[in-house]
Amino acid sequence: MSDLKQTALHDLHVELGAKMVPFAGYDMPVQYPLGVLKEHLHTRAKAGLFDVGHMGQVILTPKSGDLADAALALESLVPVDVLGLGGNRQRYGFFTNDAGGIRDDLMIANRGDHLFLVVNAACKDADLAHMEAHLSDRCSVRMVEGRALLALQGPLAETALTRLLPGVADMRFMDVAILPYEGAEAWVSRSGYTGEDGFEISVPDDLAEGMTRALLAMDEVQPIGLGARDSLRLEGGLCLYGHDIDETTSPVEAALTWAIQKVRRTSGARAGGFPGAARILGELAEGAPRKRVGLRPEGRAPMRDHTRLFADQDSDSPIGEITSGGFGPTIKGPMSMGYVKAAHSALGTTIYAELRGKRLPATITKMPFTPANFKR
Amino acid sequence: MKYTEEHEWLQQDGETVTVGITKHAAEALGDLVFVELPEPGTKVAKDDEIVVIESVKAASDILAPLDGEITEVNQAIVENPTLVNEDPLGDAWFFKMKPDNMSALDELLDEAAYNALID
Repeated sequence: MSDLKQTALHDLHVELGAKMVPFAGYDMPVQYPLGVLKEHLHTRAKAGLFDVGHMGQVILTPKSGDLADAALALESLVPVDVLGLGGNRQRYGFFTNDAGGIRDDLMIANRGDHLFLVVNAACKDADLAHMEAHLSDRCSVRMVEGRALLALQGPLAETALTRLLPGVADMRFMDVAILPYEGAEAWVSRSGYTGEDGFEISVPDDLAEGMTRALLAMDEVQPIGLGARDSLRLEGGLCLYGHDIDETTSPVEAALTWAIQKVRRTSGARAGGFPGAARILGELAEGAPRKRVGLRPEGRAPMRDHTRLFADQDSDSPIGEITSGGFGPTIKGPMSMGYVKAAHSALGTTIYAELRGKRLPATITKMPFTPANFKR
Repeated sequence: MKYTEEHEWLQQDGETVTVGITKHAAEALGDLVFVELPEPGTKVAKDDEIVVIESVKAASDILAPLDGEITEVNQAIVENPTLVNEDPLGDAWFFKMKPDNMSALDELLDEAAYNALID
């Protein structure tokens, strides 16, 4: 345990009775005494508070002083329209590799004179090195230290958070703001990883416990662990890096083409110019050989990651594999996502998953499995 | 009540034995979301994998604790798997079986030995 890192809220998790597990090098709460199912349902009904302080917060500042230079520099690593991102707005994106796979997925925010990025915990050191190697001629790249990151998610997140940060009521989905809090700055985005309305809030480490206790003292708010975070994001149809997307999956295969704006596509004003552009633009034009899809098993048995998928009961060779799967407390049944060959990827197709030696039917289903509930 | 090292409890009632999982096991597994039970009438051998359970975290097997025949299963936990977390020693029993040899129960752990195992 001694080599695991801790977030600023570690001791509070232990005090709250959390079951702690290693995750991406950190000792993190997987569940609290409420338990995964109730934590999940609470978040969809009211507001759930998550410690996401293990994730990486990065600031990219243009050396020229002109934000457009930082935006264009970052565009050399992501197939995303960063230049066109408005002030105080955030956008989802991913670092691609030369083979057209995904190195990591991230959030990119325009904060006026710099870009603020949030990257996955397991990838953050590699992401920083990658950006330093490719961007440091045009940008200073800095990993933010000493700031905790909380997520407050659910239909009552705004009600709860406005008591501490009144300014959040004016934010729309994917807005970012710097708001005063206890004599310091709270860096807030209206976004999250549950399919619900909500916020991610970065505060200095020494204010994190006070903010957390203040939120947990409210009737609407319960602490939520990584277990429910996973079932919430899966019901929301959201990818988990390292499972549903990785170095081998292209954004087109992963059905993330909505995050590649027209300006970066073939015939766009800034087409290509990111790692793996040949494969990614090619697949955008021609289609990808496989596709990420949602699956609803017909029975009650969850179909989990690495479960092999087949076109029918008898065929020898699989058509794909599940990359995430489990039980959806809100949909009250099993759900999975995974990759299948393009020919088998149409919505409504029945395919078969091999589970404990039996082939059990599952239907390819539109995601999210639960309707998104964002404040647009 | 008798126990196995696989965290099952067994309660004899005449010629049959009722089998469930211990409170310790239910807590360690976390919220259950899926239970698959054998058909009544199934002949089982000790250590056969006869029940599949899945929690929010992972799938596990429950092994037959004795040689014998399954006589009855508890459909209530198939309909509502979280019952196992709520009442593992009571309403959330898994199955009843008729052991080939009731004296095999004597070789299982008593409560003190089981408590020592999980301590």
